[in-house]
Amino acid sequence: MGGILVYVLHYEGALNKNSLGAVSEAAKLAGELGTTADAIVVGGADLTPELLGTLGDYGASKVYKVEGPEGLAQPVIDAMDKVIGENGHSYVIFGGGLLGFEIGAGLAARRQAGVTMEVTGVVVEGGKLVAERPILGDSQISRSHYQGDLGIIIGRINAFEVKGGQGGAAEIVDTAVEFSPWSTQASMVQRGEQRGADVNIEDANVLVAGGRGLGKAEGFQLCEDLAGVLGGAVAATRAVVDAGWYPYAAQIGQTGKSVAPKLYLAAGISGAIQHKVGMQASENIVAINKDANAPIFEFSDLGIVGDLNKILPKLTEAVKAKKGG
Amino acid sequence: MKICVLVKEVPDAAVEKRIDPSTGRMDRSGEKNLNPYDTHAIEAAMQLKEGGALQIDEVVAVTMGPETAVRALHKAVSLGADRSLHLSDDALAGSDVAATGYALAKALEKEQPDIVLLGQQSDDGECYTIGAVVADHLRAPSLTQVIKLDVVDGGLRCERQAEYGYDTVQVGLPAVISVGDAINEPRYPSLKAIMGAKKKPLEKAAAGDVGIDTSLVGADGSRVQCGEFKAPPAKSAGTIIEDEDTDATVEQIVAWLDERKLI
Repeated sequence: MGGILVYVLHYEGALNKNSLGAVSEAAKLAGELGTTADAIVVGGADLTPELLGTLGDYGASKVYKVEGPEGLAQPVIDAMDKVIGENGHSYVIFGGGLLGFEIGAGLAARRQAGVTMEVTGVVVEGGKLVAERPILGDSQISRSHYQGDLGIIIGRINAFEVKGGQGGAAEIVDTAVEFSPWSTQASMVQRGEQRGADVNIEDANVLVAGGRGLGKAEGFQLCEDLAGVLGGAVAATRAVVDAGWYPYAAQIGQTGKSVAPKLYLAAGISGAIQHKVGMQASENIVAINKDANAPIFEFSDLGIVGDLNKILPKLTEAVKAKKGG
Repeated sequence: MKICVLVKEVPDAAVEKRIDPSTGRMDRSGEKNLNPYDTHAIEAAMQLKEGGALQIDEVVAVTMGPETAVRALHKAVSLGADRSLHLSDDALAGSDVAATGYALAKALEKEQPDIVLLGQQSDDGECYTIGAVVADHLRAPSLTQVIKLDVVDGGLRCERQAEYGYDTVQVGLPAVISVGDAINEPRYPSLKAIMGAKKKPLEKAAAGDVGIDTSLVGADGSRVQCGEFKAPPAKSAGTIIEDEDTDATVEQIVAWLDERKLI
């Protein structure tokens, strides 16, 4: 049995929380399998020995440090391919996120491995890992068994708990990688650009979130009015942020932020998985949508099938009256 | 230059999806349609062709699937593709995402495209990742979830959202690009285009025609076996209100929020 290798994403000197969750999960599974969990990072000067050493605290034994471009999948595929080839890892785990999906899929092609994405749980059975993945709008869980030398597990974001305090500093192994010609055919022009105003939604107790069902950018006024009387903030889905209706800083979901307010009121949001993973930990979920079949009604505590243009203004008035009285 | 667009037939969104208990695979019978995300990929191809910054001679729709998948190709050519290629072979049935990507890459090798475009995710299996698999086999650079695509310096200038904000990436050709649905508003096919779709050239290929090693595809060639299914932990169903009288509905919402001390 080879070890488990985890890709750790970082940005401007900080390690990604979902990656740390994946390292913690890998360390736990490696303990059960009787092997070790290692990490791999690809980047530049901000990957200091101090920063990488902290990965030991989450259970990593070795950290393979590779100098290379950041934010692109294919150089990382080259790096992981080399490290796995030389060290015989049996499994690879990613904490989720866009880059993890791309690297995991490309690595599966490179090493003829099996790959499962959107994994929410991993268990040890008969000395092997079995990945559990919700499918069909989370109505069923499919269990993946791996054949061959390498199994690749791509977690859903927030699936793996971050657990520190597991050990000392990790051993850092500097690794030189020659990148494939096609990996260097893509180059980062600008990374991590923020668009629109800076808003803070992560600390809000109440969030009123708007989606495509608002119909147009101006529709967000309805959300802002309601959030105003509820003492909350306004959040948005990826679709409307990409459409330029609302700032990126307010975005909930797979790309974007994860929130868990006391009240999450979703207006005109269908409830795609990519959105759900960023808000399903909310204490109370209220959804307003005109489509009775919208997936969001499957995980909302209170669902209203109706026209938000009629409901939101009256709800704002009613809440205002309630508070005033 | 040539653009290949990968398309896929998926169960219609209005049809309830299920697993066939006898095979452990998605039941793909019933009403089907072109994967809605793929229409954005075809539109992106048409805009590159019409934009003129690259000399695009041909847009080819490519699919893998059973006999019925031909309908997705008809839809693709009605939206503007010039011809189509249908990879179909019993040996391919039951392929996982890695095996499917390998098979599609072999079909694409025969076409030698300068650009491969596809929708960011298919509506049924939620495999966002097929583009990355195809790209590694083709030894081409790849980017997924692209929401803006421009021709710059003879390559593609791509924008997308990643973990820390918007990234802009310059990609040299040939390249494999998955597009997100925010990239464009797909056009509707004209009646003439729909009528003419079946007259555009459609080529069929079996696994052997494009050099696929059949030991690497199908259920037996796949490295992931997803045979068992179980129910997720039960979540109690929420209350649903059908809004008929908005004043009454709002009163109910306020009472519900008040009960939970949320106002």
